Amino acid sequence: MDIPMEIVYQRPESLTDTHTHYCPGCGHGIAHRLVAEALDELNMRERTILVAPVGCSVFAYDYFNVDGCVAAHGRAPAMATGMKRLLPDHIVLTYQGDGDLASIGIAEIMHAAARGEKITTIFVNNAIYGMTGGQMAPTTLPGQKTTSSPFGRNTDIAGYPIRMSEILAQLDGSVYVVRRSIHDVQNIRKTKKAILTALKVQEAGLGFSVVEILSNCPTNWGMTAEESLTWVEENMVPYYPLGDFKVRDDAKELV
Amino acid sequence: MAKEMLKGNVAIAEAAVRAGMEAYFGYPITPQTELLEHLSKRMVEEDRVFVQAESEVAAINMVYGAACTGKRVMTSSSSPGISLMQEGLSYIAGSYIPTVIVDVMRGGPGLGNILPSQGDYWQVTRMAGHGDYRPIVLAPASVQEAIDFTILAFDLAEKYRHIVVIAADGQIGQMMEPAELPVMRPPSTEVPHWALSGAKNRPPNVILSFNLNGADQEKVNIAIQERIALIKAKEQRWVEHYTEDADLLVVGYGTTGRIAFTAVETARENGLKVGLLRPQTLFPFPDDRISELTDNIKSCLVVEMNAGQMLDDVRLAVGGQVPVGYYGRMGGAVPMPEEILEAVEAEYAKLQGV
Ligand SMILES: Cc1ncc(C[n+]2csc(CCOP(=O)(O)OP(=O)(O)O)c2C)c(N)n1
Ligand code: SF4
Repeated sequence: MDIPMEIVYQRPESLTDTHTHYCPGCGHGIAHRLVAEALDELNMRERTILVAPVGCSVFAYDYFNVDGCVAAHGRAPAMATGMKRLLPDHIVLTYQGDGDLASIGIAEIMHAAARGEKITTIFVNNAIYGMTGGQMAPTTLPGQKTTSSPFGRNTDIAGYPIRMSEILAQLDGSVYVVRRSIHDVQNIRKTKKAILTALKVQEAGLGFSVVEILSNCPTNWGMTAEESLTWVEENMVPYYPLGDFKVRDDAKELV
Repeated sequence: MAKEMLKGNVAIAEAAVRAGMEAYFGYPITPQTELLEHLSKRMVEEDRVFVQAESEVAAINMVYGAACTGKRVMTSSSSPGISLMQEGLSYIAGSYIPTVIVDVMRGGPGLGNILPSQGDYWQVTRMAGHGDYRPIVLAPASVQEAIDFTILAFDLAEKYRHIVVIAADGQIGQMMEPAELPVMRPPSTEVPHWALSGAKNRPPNVILSFNLNGADQEKVNIAIQERIALIKAKEQRWVEHYTEDADLLVVGYGTTGRIAFTAVETARENGLKVGLLRPQTLFPFPDDRISELTDNIKSCLVVEMNAGQMLDDVRLAVGGQVPVGYYGRMGGAVPMPEEILEAVEAEYAKLQGV
């Protein structure tokens, strides 16, 4: 009997077939796939330039089938600024972790947003420094144990987590600022939609767009992949509420 | 083009525009600020990119990103800002892309002051960033040379895919003198094969300074060193005066080289056999020529506006064959020709055994 075959799932063209080094269950892999699908759907791959960060996703340049580079830790938005200004018709993306964006690179992201750079930032917030082995990040939750807050983040000593989306939304140069999560299928779908919108905002030349993605780090959180997703939902989402912090009027039709 | 009265900073800025610079990123700092201000007007007039960055850290990383497109880009600053740029410069060096930066040196350490200095000699010729690399460093001694070296800087940066530093000092940046600007060279439309321009009809291009594999990273280092060796062999530049029969060779660059010239001329008038070598490239240092001259001279005197930094390079070139004296001023003090003349006479007197 001939069974009609149809391809319903395959690697997006915007991803290479390189095996990633991400730990099993890590949210970076999901975020990569969503970005790649969005680039494919919007037919942007051939004119996209990706600025990879320093962090676990430092290898992103190897996984995305687009022109790419690796910035110094935290400097991706500055590097992207230089590129986009010279290549205004290209799509310039930064992909950054929370240590990269909210700690060492907070000046660069704030000013890129304030200048209204026509770039898109994919901000993967996993509340920890993954690559260096699980130290406290600026986004680490109060009480959360890490290798550099072994008794749990003590806000007397280490201060409070930073809610970047809320801050970036305050800047007049930002056009589209939303927070999503990848802890379940429904939220993954919403994240994908937000990435599509962010890229369309850039394409339309409206200004700065960023999608913050709440993600997991099962390895450094010391959890199974499944436990870590529950932890995102139960601990991160309450501290970092999901939602649209800014959709400027001229971007509304792109949502 | 006719000569006109030009301030050093403005001359460098305008020369960069005429060299086809397509993007400039900078942050205000005295004594370099007129450079940025001039470009804030001219780049907009030419429909090119000007961005006042939030810091020198951001400026150099904007340059890094912009240089990845293969177009001519530049930043400028003064000493404290150059300190901040060292991170970015190290990444650029590891990425094999052309970049031009201007350092209009001022008094240090710390915030120091805004007066002329050559205290960044080590910082720019050795590079204070991490890892092994040496940029090309050009040291102008006049506004005209600042213009010519700006054009040369872009050409050399592209030729070797290397960092080129124009190491001026506050004096060169701030003074006005007649000089001639070049004609406008339109930006090149060619996209180098390595540039990031979108992976259309070709595999992706990747620019990075990163390699987790030790053996591969060593290969990157070997390639960098081979390039530097080539630069050393081909690009040493200097000017000489009265060296044919000199017993004492004075070595100075930039503003001090120029002041030393006045002192050397007076010394000659007074019958002293003194010559001058003024390095135009601080890296590659003209050590081949200095070591050649060492065969005929009896002594050397280095003059700088620092505590003796190029002094190391002269000592290396001389290789212990003749004594090397030093005269310097620091912290924004500029030596007068008479002071250098005195130092020359003192050094010369040692030769006579007086
Ligand atoms: C200037 C500098 N400081 C520190 C480091 C070390 N470092 C590498 S990755 C990293 C943290 C990355 O964390 P994050 O941005 O949250 O990304 P993740 O690995 O969690 O995805 C640090 C501190 C570095 N590479 N450069
Ligand atoms: S360390 Fe954490 S963030 Fe990094 S790949 Fe593993 S799970 Fe992902």
